[in-house]
Amino acid sequence: MSDPPPPAATQQDLALVRALRAGDETAFMMLVERYQPAMLRVALMYVSTRAVAEEVVQDAWVGVLKGLEGFEGRSSLRTWIFRILVNTAKTRGQREARSIPFSSVWSADPDADPSVEPGRFLPPGHPASGRWAEPPVGWESTPEERLLAKETLAEVSRAIDALPPNQREVIRMRDVLGWPSADVRNALDISETNQRVLLHRARAKVRRALEGYLGAERERKA
Amino acid sequence: MNCIQLVELVTDYLEGSMPAEQRARFDEHIAGCDGCTTYLEQFRITIRLTGMLDEEQIAPDIRETLLGVFRDWRTSA
Repeated sequence: MSDPPPPAATQQDLALVRALRAGDETAFMMLVERYQPAMLRVALMYVSTRAVAEEVVQDAWVGVLKGLEGFEGRSSLRTWIFRILVNTAKTRGQREARSIPFSSVWSADPDADPSVEPGRFLPPGHPASGRWAEPPVGWESTPEERLLAKETLAEVSRAIDALPPNQREVIRMRDVLGWPSADVRNALDISETNQRVLLHRARAKVRRALEGYLGAERERKA
Repeated sequence: MNCIQLVELVTDYLEGSMPAEQRARFDEHIAGCDGCTTYLEQFRITIRLTGMLDEEQIAPDIRETLLGVFRDWRTSA
């Protein structure tokens, strides 16, 4: 099954491109605010130092500006920008002769990282093997304001920072920035399945972190 | 489908990327399993909380550099 074609540029994308072509500084800086942090993180996956990654991102912006005339809107603007970034980063990474092959940057081993510790299920051999032995305790008893508190969000943020870079970037793009899956897989040039596996691994680990955090809180109160 | 299999399929389920037959088995399991119902609910809350995070800020010096890049491009274009 081949992945569906990427979504084309929106009217908003096209308006932005027209503004950029006309030399609108505010439009450019808006794009920079929006994409620079993710671009830097992605670049860091292909090159060895932050300084080089910053150069890569700057080169990519130059590439974006030079390519504006040729932007036809066949993909969304962010997809197009990230394609330029990834290509720039790969070229630079090759020149650096990094030992990590690029094909492994986004690979997700489907057998690794179970979503839940296997010990929480009844073991093989048990008549109800594979069912919960220690099911999750619902968070209904956690008041909404506690759930949405700064401290809880900081825990989510820490859990995301601790993820492997490929999982971290996919969950950031999908769940923090709210990009549709088609934009993420096109921006990073990965398959739909790969994107979904990375996203699931990431979400599962964040849930585990929250479960630990909220559970410990509950025990302190009890 | 049992619980240890279901927890690996939650994103497929939420993304709507499951074959109809598998989806039916997922729904059937959830309907009779409190643990997995809770797990699915926690997954949804996790996604909602993640959506409340902000993107990182960029350093002022990088902002200045890129503004310079844009101005150079504009004069040369």
